[in-house]
Amino acid sequence: MKSLIKAFVLVLFAPLVWASAEKAALDTVSVDIRDQASLQNGVKLFTNYCMGCHSMKYSRYERIANDLGIPNDVYEENLIFGDEKIGSLMTIAMDAKDSKTWFGATPPDLTLVARLRGADWLYSYLRGFYKDESRPWGVNNVVFKDVGMPHVLMELQGLCAEPPHIGAKTEVDPLSGQVKGKSGCENFAIKGSMSPEEYDAAMRDLVNFLVYVGEPSRLQAEAVAPWVLGFLVILFIFAYLLNKEYWKDVH
Amino acid sequence: MEKLINWIDARLPVVAAFERHMSKYYAPKNFNVWYFFGSLSLVVLINQLVTGIWLTMSYNPSAEGAFASVEYIMRDVEWGWLLRYLHSTGASAFFVVVYLHMFRGLMYGSYKKPRELVWIFGMAIYLALMAEAFMGYLLPWGQMSYWGAQVIVSLFGAIPVVGEDLQQWIRGDYLISGITLNRFFALHVIAIPLVLVGLVVLHLLALHEVGSNNPDGVEIKKNKDENGIPVDGIPFHPYYTVHDIVALVVFLFVFCVVVFYFPEMGGYFLEKPNFEEANPLKTPAHIAPVWYFTPFYAMLRAVTYPLFGVDAKFWGVVVMGAAIAILFVLPWLDRSPVKSIRYKGIISRVFLMAFAVAFVVLGYLGAIPATPGRTTVAQIMTLVYFLFFILMPWYTRIEKTKPEPERVTFK
Repeated sequence: MKSLIKAFVLVLFAPLVWASAEKAALDTVSVDIRDQASLQNGVKLFTNYCMGCHSMKYSRYERIANDLGIPNDVYEENLIFGDEKIGSLMTIAMDAKDSKTWFGATPPDLTLVARLRGADWLYSYLRGFYKDESRPWGVNNVVFKDVGMPHVLMELQGLCAEPPHIGAKTEVDPLSGQVKGKSGCENFAIKGSMSPEEYDAAMRDLVNFLVYVGEPSRLQAEAVAPWVLGFLVILFIFAYLLNKEYWKDVH
Repeated sequence: MEKLINWIDARLPVVAAFERHMSKYYAPKNFNVWYFFGSLSLVVLINQLVTGIWLTMSYNPSAEGAFASVEYIMRDVEWGWLLRYLHSTGASAFFVVVYLHMFRGLMYGSYKKPRELVWIFGMAIYLALMAEAFMGYLLPWGQMSYWGAQVIVSLFGAIPVVGEDLQQWIRGDYLISGITLNRFFALHVIAIPLVLVGLVVLHLLALHEVGSNNPDGVEIKKNKDENGIPVDGIPFHPYYTVHDIVALVVFLFVFCVVVFYFPEMGGYFLEKPNFEEANPLKTPAHIAPVWYFTPFYAMLRAVTYPLFGVDAKFWGVVVMGAAIAILFVLPWLDRSPVKSIRYKGIISRVFLMAFAVAFVVLGYLGAIPATPGRTTVAQIMTLVYFLFFILMPWYTRIEKTKPEPERVTFK
């Protein structure tokens, strides 16, 4: 009953949370969707840590396998659980109604999350969890205040004891040479298996993968574009000369 | 080949039509860059029609399937992403070229006698285009599609007495729903495109009847040679066809850069909240229409005073409607003896400049959340927008104009 009330309150104030979440300062991340190694690590993290609750229902396993250079049989063996086919959409077994009861809101589908929120937001959010005993899962997030999601990556990152600095501008004190306002967590309540640097790199890979999957056509678009634009440049030369030829006698 | 053409021509006047509208249509030879946007509008219209037909083949017009089918087009349909981006970028490009085309008309007095009907058909095209774009924007069924439509349709609810029922009649439901989506789909893919194409034909027929204006605003038909051909005229084909091809290639280059690299255009062509499926229970924090409607949206929000016991919102709708309606009567507001801004007086120039600035500023304000300060600016800009038209009969008559030249200026 208590969790139900909590869930209700959470849903009630969701719009406010959304509004405040958008104003938060963010850390920036630079992603590269042509970096296959990074994307492969990203899809691995996504499958193992996110896909239990979050679907990617507009995307197909096969497309990802092909775009990321993962052989289909390797992908099927390691990254598809259950008896899903490689050509299937990446849906999940969790019932939306159940998860709403458990978390206060159904975990959203993540196919388009990077296009909705942006890479910087995701990168900051994934590194923004901290210990907060007042919350149902004992964690809170600086980027998405009072989020219903538990810190599923705790075994990797550990758990920050206080709100981590996100979107902080790093400054070097000119006298002492000390770095101030460093982004990230200072004190950990629970140690994780990764160092902060390793965790940041892993989150960059995960965000990179989310950016890729939000718009997989970007790979094809950027491969085709130079040819299209090159053709137009050549066509321009001929069009320009043709026009000049016709108009040279007009006075 | 010639035999075939003769055979057809004996049964259908293709040669006469080609001559009348292309090879023997004499256009002034002093067109400048502003004159490219008419033919570019036609190109964009064709792009919208063709890509639209192919999108329809994979799109699913239902509240349950629309959002997913757009992603299906983006991911699973061969080159579907290209069709979709050509269509979505084309919508914005349409307004870019049409706004520039209209501004050209304002600058050179292309609406003035004898081209009043050309202008009115053009305005009708603009109106149809706005309806087409608005209904098309609901189809992806994203959050902004849904809530944008909700806001615009609710404007009809501000009309006293009949508003509430009218709103329901438009939606076909108590709220925006799959029923609304289906009827907007029908209107977007059949009804309005038919009207649009018909109006474009009328626009061109009316234009070719009276002949094109030019940057000098001089009537080339007043000065004809012994064969009855205007001395300052030049056959549209081949001279302006080869001319327009150059402009077309330049336009396509810019257009393709956007399509291939920046299809979202920083959230202005494709708004970010639209990457989340429509949810009637969750209102986005900030609802903004797509950029081409923002000037009018800013005017709507600028009206904050209730009047005669009727809500301010209603008067906002009236102002917004008037902003578009007043353009229709423009040919009769301009009393200047000359057409082109080149020969009009200083007051006309200042007003035209102020009008353009006001329109752009309103466009910007309509895209960002309103604050009291911004609302004041929007109110001033709305006033400037209307003063341009309302004072036109006065300032075009009293100002000192320069004499129009006998012939067009051509270097």
